[in-house]
Amino acid sequence: MSSFFRKLSILFGRKRFRSELDEEMAFHRTQTEAELVDSGMSPEQAHFEAMRRLGNEGLLKERTHGVVGFRFETTLQDLRFALRQLRKNPGFALTAIAILALGVGSSVAIFAFVDAALIKPLPYQDPARLVELFEAIPIGPEFHLSYPDYLDWKRENKVFHSLNVFAPEGFMEKTVDGLREADAARVSDGFFKTLGVTPILGRDFYYGEDRPEAARSTLLSYKAWQRRYAGNRNVIGQTVTLDGHPYVIIGVLPKEFSFAPAEPADFWTIERPDGGCEKSRGCHNLFGVARLKDGVSFETAFADIKSIAQQLEKQYPDSNRDQWANMLPLTAKIVGDVRPILLTILCGAGLLLIIGAVNVASLLLVRSESRRREMAVRGALGASPRRLVRQLVTEGLLLAAVGGITGVVLAQLSLRTLTALIPKDMLMSRPYLQNIGLNGRVALFALALVALSAMLFAFTPVSRLRFTRIREGLADGDRGSAGMVWRRFGANLVVIELATAMILLAGAGLLGKSLYRLLHADTGIQSDHIAILRVDAQGDRYSKDEQRVALGREIVRQISALPGVKAVGVTSKLPIEDGDVTTDFHIIGRPYHGEHHEVAWRTVSSGYWAALGTRLLSGRYFTDRDDAASPKVVIVNQTLAREYFPGEDPVGKQITLESTDKNPMLIVGEVFDIQEGQLDAKARGAMYIPYNQNAYPYFSVLVRTTQDEGSMLPSIAATLHGLDPVMAIFDPETMSHKIHDAPSTYLHRSSAWIVGGLAVMALVLGAIGLYSVIAYSVSRRTREIGVRMALGAERAAVSGMVIGEASRLIVVGIAIGLAGSVPAALAMRGLLFGVPAWDAQTLIGVAFVLALIALLASYLPARRAASVSPAEALRAE
Amino acid sequence: MAKKPDLLPGTLDMLILKTLTRAPLHGYGIAQSIKRLSEDVLTVEEGSLYPALQRLLLQGWVKAEWKMTDTNRRARYYTLTAAGRKQLGIEVSQFEQMIEAIGRVLSDAQEA
Repeated sequence: MSSFFRKLSILFGRKRFRSELDEEMAFHRTQTEAELVDSGMSPEQAHFEAMRRLGNEGLLKERTHGVVGFRFETTLQDLRFALRQLRKNPGFALTAIAILALGVGSSVAIFAFVDAALIKPLPYQDPARLVELFEAIPIGPEFHLSYPDYLDWKRENKVFHSLNVFAPEGFMEKTVDGLREADAARVSDGFFKTLGVTPILGRDFYYGEDRPEAARSTLLSYKAWQRRYAGNRNVIGQTVTLDGHPYVIIGVLPKEFSFAPAEPADFWTIERPDGGCEKSRGCHNLFGVARLKDGVSFETAFADIKSIAQQLEKQYPDSNRDQWANMLPLTAKIVGDVRPILLTILCGAGLLLIIGAVNVASLLLVRSESRRREMAVRGALGASPRRLVRQLVTEGLLLAAVGGITGVVLAQLSLRTLTALIPKDMLMSRPYLQNIGLNGRVALFALALVALSAMLFAFTPVSRLRFTRIREGLADGDRGSAGMVWRRFGANLVVIELATAMILLAGAGLLGKSLYRLLHADTGIQSDHIAILRVDAQGDRYSKDEQRVALGREIVRQISALPGVKAVGVTSKLPIEDGDVTTDFHIIGRPYHGEHHEVAWRTVSSGYWAALGTRLLSGRYFTDRDDAASPKVVIVNQTLAREYFPGEDPVGKQITLESTDKNPMLIVGEVFDIQEGQLDAKARGAMYIPYNQNAYPYFSVLVRTTQDEGSMLPSIAATLHGLDPVMAIFDPETMSHKIHDAPSTYLHRSSAWIVGGLAVMALVLGAIGLYSVIAYSVSRRTREIGVRMALGAERAAVSGMVIGEASRLIVVGIAIGLAGSVPAALAMRGLLFGVPAWDAQTLIGVAFVLALIALLASYLPARRAASVSPAEALRAE
Repeated sequence: MAKKPDLLPGTLDMLILKTLTRAPLHGYGIAQSIKRLSEDVLTVEEGSLYPALQRLLLQGWVKAEWKMTDTNRRARYYTLTAAGRKQLGIEVSQFEQMIEAIGRVLSDAQEA
């Protein structure tokens, strides 16, 4: 304890302590000197002998300070020195910090996304035990359940703690300004209990609240509560009118709650069995969500639910033929589509970080070579090896810390930009991507990166510190050999950088090509100059078919009259969405055993084709006269024709949606496939029925314009509003916008851009790395070059020699990179569209670009080498 | 010049403390004293006295004060404290035990 206080007092009287120590040691020396002179030594000799006997004064003082000083004092000293070193060499310091900040910044920013989507647990109780349930049918594995099937699954299963259903829903909300679209979801009574979510205000649904006699009720999302009701706690008990029915607000959901498969949803209403669809086993409109019982594995549960579905298939062959059960972990369903992209991008950022770190390490290596003399001098003046190592480690740590902190700040800034770039729809359906920020896990990740780079930066120069060679270092006589060792080491670093850059570039090239292919994929329509609006014409005025047909005709007539409009059509469902809404059909005249022929189906008006710009393969399009008074007709697409009428012309054949031969429809035309699903979805059979023969009160209006389609939207909306002020008109957009912002396009585009950005940075860093290695090697070989030229080497031969040296590195780097690119591309082939992982064109193209840039980077030092003046080079040594 | 044996590690503190039992001395005096008493067999690297002295000061085993020498120069004199005397006792007995043990091992080796 007393020693601590003594240390403390020495700390504050540091100056006095030093001068006293100096005086004491000077006294010692003078005494020795005097004694030696007395014994007959010359004063000069005595002076040196006294000094020699006392020992290395600097080292002794250091050791004495070490005894009385606190540990942090030396650390502070090292830190101050390190800062001075960096300030003295701002070019080096700024480059190193900038490179590291870039690497750390991009990795951390992307990790924040990875964390939000893949690491952060979903906001439910024990989310790993939750599964989503579907019915699988021949055309796809993730289709809706019917309400009666849900009840049977719920009753028969022995594997779920609870099983509930949900479905996204769009309601028309009655407000003082008329009808407004409201995002909502329908859920069964135990839905929130299954998830383990409790309302923060009010109550959850009680069991049995879905009975037809119970009052309709709804929960509010936290956002809706804040936005619509300003967070007012009196909201409980208030009523909203949705689709004409009053719903009582019974609770508010927690802020962190979201359920991506049903988002966006402001209202979470109760699913009631009294809807039209809920009574039929053949009408599918629900998804299941269930919690596994304790101790039941995913496989056991899957097997159980499959056998139940098989049982139902036997029991109800009419409705349940080919209706199988499918089950996925809820997390896989929610983050499944972004996982490969995020992981790819994270790997890209990791590669960039590697290049950056290697780059800084090679800069440090250059520096440590040029500081060999400094280290030798400091060693001679009494710095112990440990102290020298500590100094270098401190410098590495400082560099890593400054670079890392700058990187984290950079990440924070870019996170805001990146989140702002995500389209609103995308963000709404992926709620976990909102509120991305730097949390504990991200901070830990950043810290780990900084620690790793600090280790690298400390280790690199320390590995080059050779204590036994202090004298040689002072003389700097072994320049040649050290340069040789360094060149070999530095060359390896460059090869790593080039290979990594090659992998990143190849990835970016493939993703870029995929995006191009995707955007230029044949959608079967001409997507430019199409304006879109959605219309919901509910109520008594449109309860009859004729009224709806009349409405459709009137809409087409009035909008067609607008200047700049070329064609107008309506459809029950737009292309390039989820491709859902399917039907079963069978072909008249063919034996029928209840096979399932599931295809997409749309009711479209006669103007639909011209508005979209589709291509007719055979037969004819609809006309306005294909209505209730005329025979039923249908148009099929090419895929349907190929699958069900192989080798035949479908036009002239008859099909029906019934299980008997009743209500036949005549196929009058075959169109080239229209992309109904996302751009990267497989082509699927589809049929189109005249709107006038099957009119819906809910449809989209498509308008082909001659002028800018976006600017036409207001006048089209005004026309529709003038036609019927009560009719809901919403979601104005353009087809090009829709394609541009479609989720699949977005995912492809963002991954292409981000990996592309990373690759460009990698290219720049790789070029800098190569440049610095070659330039340094040239500077170390100035004398050698001078000798060569003095002996008659041509300038061209000298620059050729340097370029040759660089070319070997480039070739090796690119070759390793090429070898690594194919497995890397195979790992991300899920993200590729229309491009194989080994696409030679891309690989050769990027290899060429990389080689060109690398040669350019080595040309500059080569030219400098060639311009060496032999006389000066020799004299300089 | 024949190389003189190095000081056994850890014994410098003990020697300094022992030297100071007679009278307060300055650093140079301590070095001289050790050399003389050991009849020139033990030479400390003279400078290493100073870190050692600081260590002893820190432990409170010696005290230091500035005084004038016979030749009228300012020098730092070190005095043994009571704690230092006690510590010396401990170190001497530990050292003797060790020497004894080493001796036993050596004599046994010779007999064999």
